[in-house]
Amino acid sequence: MDFNLTSEQEDFRYFVHDFVAKELKPHAREIDAKAEFFWPAVQKMGPIGLLGLNVPEAYGGAAVDTISASIAIEEIAWGCGSTALAISAHNGLGLTPIVKFGTEAQKQRWLPQLATGRGKLSSLGQTEPGAGSDLKGGVRLWARKEGDEWVLNGTKMWLTNASIADLMIILARTDSTSMSHILVPTDTPGVHIGPNEKKMGLKGSPTNAVTFDDARLPLENLLGVEGRGLQQTLEVLDAGRISIGALAVGLAQAAYEEALQYAQEREAFGGPIAQFQAIQWMLADAATEIQAARMMVYWAAWMKDQGQPFTKAAAMAKLFATEVSERVCRNAIQIHGGYGYSSEFEVERMYRDTRLMTIGEGTSEIQRMIIARHILGR
Amino acid sequence: MKVVVCTKQTPSTTATFTVNNGVVSWDDPGGKPNVVNPWDEYAIEEAIRLKENHGAEAAIALTAGGESADDVLKTALAMGCTEAIRVEDAGFAGSGSRGTANILAAAIKKTGADIAFFGKQAIDGDTGLTPVMAARALGWTPLTYVSAIKSVSDDSITVERQIETGTQTVTAPLPVVISVVKEINEPRYPSFMGIRKASRATIPVWSAADLDIEGAYGPGSAKVDWSEITQPPSRDTVVEFISGDSAEEIAAALATKLFEEKVI
Repeated sequence: MDFNLTSEQEDFRYFVHDFVAKELKPHAREIDAKAEFFWPAVQKMGPIGLLGLNVPEAYGGAAVDTISASIAIEEIAWGCGSTALAISAHNGLGLTPIVKFGTEAQKQRWLPQLATGRGKLSSLGQTEPGAGSDLKGGVRLWARKEGDEWVLNGTKMWLTNASIADLMIILARTDSTSMSHILVPTDTPGVHIGPNEKKMGLKGSPTNAVTFDDARLPLENLLGVEGRGLQQTLEVLDAGRISIGALAVGLAQAAYEEALQYAQEREAFGGPIAQFQAIQWMLADAATEIQAARMMVYWAAWMKDQGQPFTKAAAMAKLFATEVSERVCRNAIQIHGGYGYSSEFEVERMYRDTRLMTIGEGTSEIQRMIIARHILGR
Repeated sequence: MKVVVCTKQTPSTTATFTVNNGVVSWDDPGGKPNVVNPWDEYAIEEAIRLKENHGAEAAIALTAGGESADDVLKTALAMGCTEAIRVEDAGFAGSGSRGTANILAAAIKKTGADIAFFGKQAIDGDTGLTPVMAARALGWTPLTYVSAIKSVSDDSITVERQIETGTQTVTAPLPVVISVVKEINEPRYPSFMGIRKASRATIPVWSAADLDIEGAYGPGSAKVDWSEITQPPSRDTVVEFISGDSAEEIAAALATKLFEEKVI
């Protein structure tokens, strides 16, 4: 048992933290207020390796272990939740399926461009107007074979990154009982990317609906095995959950640091409010819960790196970390009092941002269901 | 063309210092107490660019110091330097700017480089002397406060220097010592791939016996004596909010205050 990061992981953390502190965190409020994706920082992420965390070096990626990837997402989220979500989705949902299931030709075609920042980002489309947690029964988007082409018709919802992506991976029904993943370049005729959705938080991370109207793709754009799209999705989501857990920890850490500083500066009844037990308990709980959440995220990441089954660990880490993050951000506002509710301060943004984390990539309820299945052996 | 870049480990810019009985100590909670001298980051970047864009056969990072100074060399490697060398010897302690310049000059000569980069100064001593003293020890042309490299060939270099009255463009035959200012480039961040390579690199250590050092170094060679070190007195700051009915009124009140305090 060793709770220390390796010196390489420590270095990753130090340099990503430094990058985020200089290039991203100072812009977070503006990113939220303008609801615009912040390309200037993201373009600088390519050469660092942040856009190809799981991609082998041969394709221009960083090929870091899952703990390092979690550290990277946590640190980006500490600076800006919106950007962290886009980068997490790009790495975890967009690129991972290509790395895991892609043919050599598909990897050569897409990874060097997407992992280095030479191109735009990537996106995974699963959810539909009538299919969220229940993908199996709900997906209505069809990809039918016509000659040497797939013809896609239907609608996807809530695609993170669609309007800032070169490539989407679309989960489509390819027969009445099974689904497949199809690689869809965003400039394919018949693909219509809707306007950025208006959301409570994460406003600098574009989310779009995408409609497919006779969009034609060559048969070789099938990703992985025909008919195994749902299984492939579930595999990808297991790893994505570790990343969302890390993102939640980063937001919680940022809110906690704001609250800790404010509590020592703000005076009431003749002294800083940090001297009052009510405030101390909220800070102590936050520090404790963040530490526990971070350890669970690292544990799930470690299990994955060890090649052990990690579905339950990832579900537990996501469930716990995202709910901790909500509590910590909520209490950070409480500690700030009225100022915490004002957009002049940082914590209300973090609260709005972290609210998604218990919903996206599997709701808390779905995580509990997965955990229950494992512990009940069903 | 072969390039070497001299770098120094200095306290972090966000470190807090305490002086106790003339002994200085510092810490940077949440960060690293020691970092690459910030000015040297520009020198490292420029050395790497000469390698990447102008065909330099190597960009070698060089530092003098104990084992902990490997950290700055690893940062240079992670940014893209091709190799790194540390010089250390028990006899180097207490060298001061001049002794250090003599030691670095001998190491620069041993690398076979014909361009040696430095940051314009180190943020700890802040003297800015080492680059010119090393140039003197090597007998090379010093080009200080360089803000741009205009052109470089195998036998000469043309640079833009920042001087009090503006900028100056000068050409010098190689070999040269160059000290850079921050206008020269935007240093890159170390990449994950670079960090991995650096963490696995073995850094050779050269001692006095490995070097042909000309001139004085070590105890007694320093020309500056730090006879007394004390903590600077803390400054009491007072925050005052200026109010008024209009922006103009507030601005006028602020200007008056600034004049009164002799800020402007």
